[in-house]
Amino acid sequence: MSAGAPPAPSRTLSEHESKQRIRAAGIATAPEMLAADVAGAIAASREIGFPVVVKLCGDGIAHKTERGLVRLGLADEAAVHRAATDLLAAARPADGPVGLLVARMIRGNRELIAGCLDDPTFGRCVMLGIGGVFAEALADVAFRLVPLSARDAHEMIDDLRTQAILGPFRGEPAIDRDAVATTLLALSRLAETSPEIVSVDLNPLVISDGRPLAVDALVEVRGR
Amino acid sequence: MNAGIRLMTPVALLERFRPLFEPRGVVIAGASSHPGKFGFVAAHNLLAAGYRGEVFLTNREGGEILGRETLRSIEDVPAGAADLVFICTPPGAVPELLRTAARKGIRAAFMATAGYGELGEEGKLAERELATLCADLGIVLAGPNGQGIVSTPIDLCAQIVAPIPPRGHIAVASQSGGFVQAFLNYARKTGVGVSRAISAGNCAATAVEDYLEYFADDPETRVSLIYVEGLADGRVFFEKTRRAAAKKPLVVFKGGTTAGGQRAAASHTGALASDDRVFDGMCRQAGLTRATSIEEAFELAASFATHPLPRGPNVFVLTTAGGWGVVTADRISASRELRLMPLPADLRSAFDARLPPRWSRSNPADLAGSETRDTVVECLDLVASHPEVDAVVFLGLGIQSNLGDLERNGPFYPGHGLERVVEFHARQDTRYSELALELERRHRKPILIATELVDCQPENPGPATLRAAGSLAYPSSHRAIGALEHLWRRARRSTAA
Repeated sequence: MSAGAPPAPSRTLSEHESKQRIRAAGIATAPEMLAADVAGAIAASREIGFPVVVKLCGDGIAHKTERGLVRLGLADEAAVHRAATDLLAAARPADGPVGLLVARMIRGNRELIAGCLDDPTFGRCVMLGIGGVFAEALADVAFRLVPLSARDAHEMIDDLRTQAILGPFRGEPAIDRDAVATTLLALSRLAETSPEIVSVDLNPLVISDGRPLAVDALVEVRGR
Repeated sequence: MNAGIRLMTPVALLERFRPLFEPRGVVIAGASSHPGKFGFVAAHNLLAAGYRGEVFLTNREGGEILGRETLRSIEDVPAGAADLVFICTPPGAVPELLRTAARKGIRAAFMATAGYGELGEEGKLAERELATLCADLGIVLAGPNGQGIVSTPIDLCAQIVAPIPPRGHIAVASQSGGFVQAFLNYARKTGVGVSRAISAGNCAATAVEDYLEYFADDPETRVSLIYVEGLADGRVFFEKTRRAAAKKPLVVFKGGTTAGGQRAAASHTGALASDDRVFDGMCRQAGLTRATSIEEAFELAASFATHPLPRGPNVFVLTTAGGWGVVTADRISASRELRLMPLPADLRSAFDARLPPRWSRSNPADLAGSETRDTVVECLDLVASHPEVDAVVFLGLGIQSNLGDLERNGPFYPGHGLERVVEFHARQDTRYSELALELERRHRKPILIATELVDCQPENPGPATLRAAGSLAYPSSHRAIGALEHLWRRARRSTAA
C-alpha cells in the first residue's frame, strides 16, 4: 500500500469468514459453528453448549446489531428455535446467501476494541481501544505502525488512559496483558503478510476471565 | 514505500550538510539597501552576528549596503570562496542563479523566496522543478519560503528575523519560521543555547527529518527540537526520526492536530496533516519526546540539553517552602512513571542530627524555616549523594535574595544592620545554585530547581546563577516534574532497548 493512494474497491467478508481469517492468524475467538437452517442451529448450540448467541451471517451483512440480527443469551433449544426462525425470516434479498452463526455466549464485564487499518500518512497501523457502550465517549485508543515489536504492543496497552479497567475489576482478574499483546502482534503480522486485507475490526474483544476473545470480527479485503 | 529512505553514513551526512551549517563563505543573493526588504535584513543579521566566514552581497544595481560594496552578479563571486547562497531574489531569477552558484562551487542554498507550494498546485510544480535542479547541481536546498539558518559555532545568523541566540546544544528544525524565532527567543530568555536552527519552509527538497539525520551525528548537538505540520511521507518520517532518536533525544511539537488546525496548516505550508492519534502512537514507537505546547517543547529540549538522565524513578524533594512541597508531592504521586520515594532511614537520622524537631521527617523534606547558615547546603548534599535517590527537586531557591532585594530597596537601607544581611542572603542563594550545579555534575543525576522567581525575578542571584551556567531552572514544580517524566521515559527506554 502507498500512503495517500486513492481508495481501491473493497468488500467485507462475512463474520464467519472473518473469524476464520483471524483465528488462522492466532487470535482467540469464541467457539462457533455456521448452520444452514433452524435444525442445524439447534444441533450446533447443543454441541457448543448453552447459553449461545445466534446471528444472521452473510457477506452482505455488516450492521447486524442495528438490524436486530443478533440474539444473545439463548438458554435452551426452544429459544434457539425461535431466534433462528426469526432471523431467517428477517433476511433480505440484498443480503445474498445467508446462514446462522451459533457461538458460545461469552460473559465479561469489560470490552476492548482492536483492529488494523490504513492511515493515509503512515500506512498500516494497529489500533487498540477501550470498548463497550462508552467507547466513543471515552475515545481511549492507541495506535502503532505495522510491524509492531513486543514492546510496542505492551506500550500500547500502557498508553490507554483508562488503566483502572485493565486491573482487577468487579470480581474478574486483571487483564492478561501478554494475551492482549499477543492479539496485537497477530494483527500486525496479519496486516504485514496479507496485502489484500484493507482493515480488520475486532469489536468487541470481550475480556473473559482476564483474556481477550474476539466475539465479532470484520475483515475488509481488496477487490469486488 | 521505503524506497525514499537513503542510508548515508554519518561521515557522508555530515559532509552533505556541512556547506549549509558550516559554510566557509556565504552569498546573500538579492541583497538590498532598503531596510524594509528581506534582502537587507538578511545581510544585516549575517553581518551583525559576526559570521566568521567571508560574506558576499549581490545586487543587480550594484552599490553599497551597510558599508559593503556589492557584486552585480553571483558570477563575480570568486570560485570556491563560498559554500552557501542565501536567496532573496524573486522566483523567476532563481534557476539561473542556482546554476551559476553551482559553477562557483556553492553546494548549499537557503531559499527565503516565497511564492511556491504555499500558493497551490502551480507552485508545487515549481518546487519540484527546483528540487530536481538542485539534485542535478549537487546543491543541498533548504526552503523555499524559509526564514533562515543559524549555526552558532561559526556565528552564522542568516535569517530575515530576530533574534541571535546564545550558543548551546539544541538543534532546531521547523516547518514554521515563526517557531524557529520562538525557540530562539526562549533560548535567549533561559540562557540555554542553540547549536543549529533552520526554518525548513516548504521542504521542497529537504524535509525536517532530513536535518535530523545531520543533527544526530553533529558533535555540537545534544538534542533535536522540531516543529512539523504535515508530512510528505509518514513512513520516511517515522524511520528517520526513529534512527535519529536512537542516538539523541528528539523533541517534537506538531501543529494541525485538529480539523481546524489542519485547514490552517494546509494553507500555511501546503502540506496535509494526519490523524493525531496515529501520530501520537508513531512518536511513542519511534522513541520521540512529544510536547503538547510550544513552550513545553523548548523546555523539554532545554532539559535534555542541560540535565543528566535519571537512573531510576525515585524522586526526592527538598524544600524550604512548605506549600510548594505539598503540590510537588501531589504532582509526583499523580505521575504514572515517577515515584515519591519514602524517606530512607539513614537520611532521616542525618537530617535529625542537623535540624530542629519541626522538620517534616518525610519526603518532601520540608526544612520548615529551620535552616541556619549551612543547613540547606548540607541537606542538599546528603540527598544528592544518597544512592537510592535518582532525581532531586529543590524548592525555595531565591527566597532569601528576594527578601534582601526588598530590604535593599526599602527606606531603611543602608543602616539597621541591613547591609550585612542583604549581602548574606544574596551569597546564600548563589551558593545553593552553585552547589546544585556541582552535585549534578558529580553524581550525574538530575537536580531540578523550581521557583516562580525564574519568571518573576530573573535577576535574583539564585536563578541568575543557574542561567549564567547554562542550566535550565523551572518557573514551577509542575513543569520541573513534567520534564523529569520525559527524562526518565527516555532513560528507561534506552536501558530497555
